[in-house]
Amino acid sequence: MDLARREVAGTGPKAGGAGPSLVRLGLMAVPLAFFGLFFAYPVAAIVGRGLRTDTGWQFGRIGEVVTRPDIADVLWFTTWQAVASTALTLVLALPAAYVFARLDFPGRQVLRAVVTVPFVLPTVVVGSAFLALVGRGGLLDELWGVRLDTTVWAILLAHVFFNYAVVVRTVGGLWAQLDPRQEEAARVLGAGRFAAWRRVTLPALAPAVGAATLMVFLFTFSSFGVVLILGGPAYATLEVEVYRQTAQLLDLPTAAVLTLVQFAAVGAILALHAWTLRRRERALKLVDPSRTAVRPHGAGQWALLGGVLLTVAVLIVAPLAVLVERSFDAPGGYGLAFYRALQDAAATGTFVVAPLEAVGNSLQYALAATAIALAIGGLAAAALARRAGPFLRGFDALLMLPLGVSAVTVGFGFLITLDEPPLDLRTSWILVPLAQALVGVPFVVRTMLPVLRAVDERLREAAAVLGAPPLRVWREVDLPLVRRAVLIAAGFAFAVSLGEFGATVFIARADRPTLPVAVARLLGRAGELNYGQAMALSTILMLVCAVSLLLLERLRSDKTSGEF
Amino acid sequence: MTLLTLDGATVRFGERAVVDAVDLGVAEHEVVCVLGPSGSGKSTLLRVVAGLQALSAGRVLLGGADQAAVPPHRRGVGLMFQDHQLFPHRDVGGNVAFGLRVRGVRRGSCEQRVAGLLDLVGLPGAQRRAVSSLSGGEQQRVALARALAPQPRLLMLDEPLGQLDRGLRERLAVELRSLFSRLGTTVLAVTHDQGEAFALADRVVVMQDGRIAQAGSPLEVWQRPASEFVARFLGFENVVPATVSATAAATPWGPVPVPAGSPQGEQRVLVRPAGVLLGGDGLACVVTARTFRGTHVTLTLEPESGPALEAECDLAGAPEPGARVTARFDPAEVVVVPAG
Repeated sequence: MDLARREVAGTGPKAGGAGPSLVRLGLMAVPLAFFGLFFAYPVAAIVGRGLRTDTGWQFGRIGEVVTRPDIADVLWFTTWQAVASTALTLVLALPAAYVFARLDFPGRQVLRAVVTVPFVLPTVVVGSAFLALVGRGGLLDELWGVRLDTTVWAILLAHVFFNYAVVVRTVGGLWAQLDPRQEEAARVLGAGRFAAWRRVTLPALAPAVGAATLMVFLFTFSSFGVVLILGGPAYATLEVEVYRQTAQLLDLPTAAVLTLVQFAAVGAILALHAWTLRRRERALKLVDPSRTAVRPHGAGQWALLGGVLLTVAVLIVAPLAVLVERSFDAPGGYGLAFYRALQDAAATGTFVVAPLEAVGNSLQYALAATAIALAIGGLAAAALARRAGPFLRGFDALLMLPLGVSAVTVGFGFLITLDEPPLDLRTSWILVPLAQALVGVPFVVRTMLPVLRAVDERLREAAAVLGAPPLRVWREVDLPLVRRAVLIAAGFAFAVSLGEFGATVFIARADRPTLPVAVARLLGRAGELNYGQAMALSTILMLVCAVSLLLLERLRSDKTSGEF
Repeated sequence: MTLLTLDGATVRFGERAVVDAVDLGVAEHEVVCVLGPSGSGKSTLLRVVAGLQALSAGRVLLGGADQAAVPPHRRGVGLMFQDHQLFPHRDVGGNVAFGLRVRGVRRGSCEQRVAGLLDLVGLPGAQRRAVSSLSGGEQQRVALARALAPQPRLLMLDEPLGQLDRGLRERLAVELRSLFSRLGTTVLAVTHDQGEAFALADRVVVMQDGRIAQAGSPLEVWQRPASEFVARFLGFENVVPATVSATAAATPWGPVPVPAGSPQGEQRVLVRPAGVLLGGDGLACVVTARTFRGTHVTLTLEPESGPALEAECDLAGAPEPGARVTARFDPAEVVVVPAG
């Protein structure tokens, strides 16, 4: 069997066809051009502008900037909060991964969808939800006079809230498919319950845990919206500092250096991630997840289930519930006052248009961004699906970069590079969807790639031998098998486009704000009406995201879920 | 007339030749079975003929035409994969109709043909069933119907019965054989199971490390293995080096009588288990194991000199393990096999 596989993998060019690598490069051309033009070029331009003067490149600035005490503080905080957030997320979410994978209890499916809601929520909403829970005038403040928004705890908890699903889905998805009989075999061979878990299940899970850890670290290391809203002046991550230096202090050289530092760090994390992914490709014996779950039995399992339910209630449901509650908690008693105010541009003077128009803007932008992300990501996934050489493997990692590279830099880079013919897009509406598609593409690729790779090459061969030409093979075999994955990818791309904030905040025109931009603007102003409107708008945004997620959840089965 | 010709066909993966200068012809209406252990290159041979694997050297001719520039979908051959590779997103009817649809056969005649084929393979009316609901044997039948549907000029089967349990395997082998002779299909099958090969084939080709070790009718191969490798692969254990002169061979077991006309000099001698006779004046042995085979008993003997011997004897009066016996050799069951 092993030999047969290797023989298939080693299959050379097909008789009569052009070399597949040529086709692959052709498929790759469009994504490459897209990333070159709308990612590499703007980022490089920003870095160039920061580090280059009339007298040439000033690389000495890098050393100067990173040794400045205030910047060193930012670097230190960025790193340790990411480590702490990741550790806290793992501690709280790993038991949940087990519970969702292996225990069968009523409402499991619904609950699994609920814990995934935060992941697709815009960071701005996460920030405002925690503000409503632990901030000034928040629920804990009213009840017990406890405020956490000036402490680092608010940031850490928000990060756990945001990334809980990453661990539950990545680790739990695999856990559910591990064959329990492997552990049973170890038990029969004389291993105790814990020893069997440690020697059989843990090694099988380790790559998934590693991948989830790195993803959470990546997201928290480059955290922007959450820290911007909850961090106050005291705490700033690299990304927030880049934003401050660029937008408020207009100190481009410092921002450029910080961008480079973040770029290097993210590159290192992604390289590690790619490595763990490759290790994960080692064959595991996977089974249908519906067969592995059992009803909880014994005090230990009931206690674990109870603990997980409590964590979900306190950490995930409570912030969302409070957010909704605050949006109705108008000065004259509960009602729709804040929602009504959203229809009126003059109510606060913050906007040139009614805040509610942001809903329409957001939906339009997100739809366009989804279409772009599907086209680009689909082409890239198709090119990467066949076993790839080192060059394409590098491309695989490259596609992940936009997830971690400063979105603020990308946004600002758009402004300074796409402003002259033939690419004068400053006034074009397409600018925002282009930036949003950049973060959507990695999700599309990551969702579709495992499914495309899972299509047995011999199914395609069977179709070819039966007389189907190559394009027909793709239409008859690949397309039907990945149709669901395409829909799921579209849903994710839509949700992340909807929530994209870092780049959009720079390039959205004042008269066409998106939902997250509008929320941030409202939160930036004093006054109860602004605060209430921010909560109302966040609630709307949350509902849009949650609905698209629930639609996804109906389509998804863990077998074809891809990575997210 | 020769339908398929392999002419010095060679496939190298890196340094290793998986298929090594294979010359093979398959005549029309002939059923040829390639027999070999796993890793002997037999599956690669089928992939070469189907056009799924490029040749490093040599030629593939179908109906006299070189196939080097012909892609798989234009070769007009059928291939039944080892694990069937039914399309999971199509039902049984959709799978069988696939080859007809891609050739533009109209729906009406398509359906008719699918129904006919499902009747033929013993699954009448199964069109709407999901592939995942089929048992292994049923999947195998659907895969066969799918491969037959476009009426390929050459049907290739990769371990056609490999994953089925024994009873089903034996029944299907008989069914396939009569089906092929009824349809006049030209078949090239590969298997590692000698029983399967002997039951299916007009001609058997034994492969060893990418080369053809022996080709001939099942009876020829069974009666006169061409090498020690073939003999051992067919399950014969009693093979020893020998020096043959006239009708006797000097072996580690002592003198063994050989048939008249056997090759002379340094050779190998194969004694079929049925040719090891107990009793009388012969080689002293101890019985070390006894295996019940239904119609007879297989004994493992430890002779005073030479390697262990396998002997077949009747159920009645078979000696117990530990018993001391003597063994003689029946020249009718002894074959001199070329060394190497």
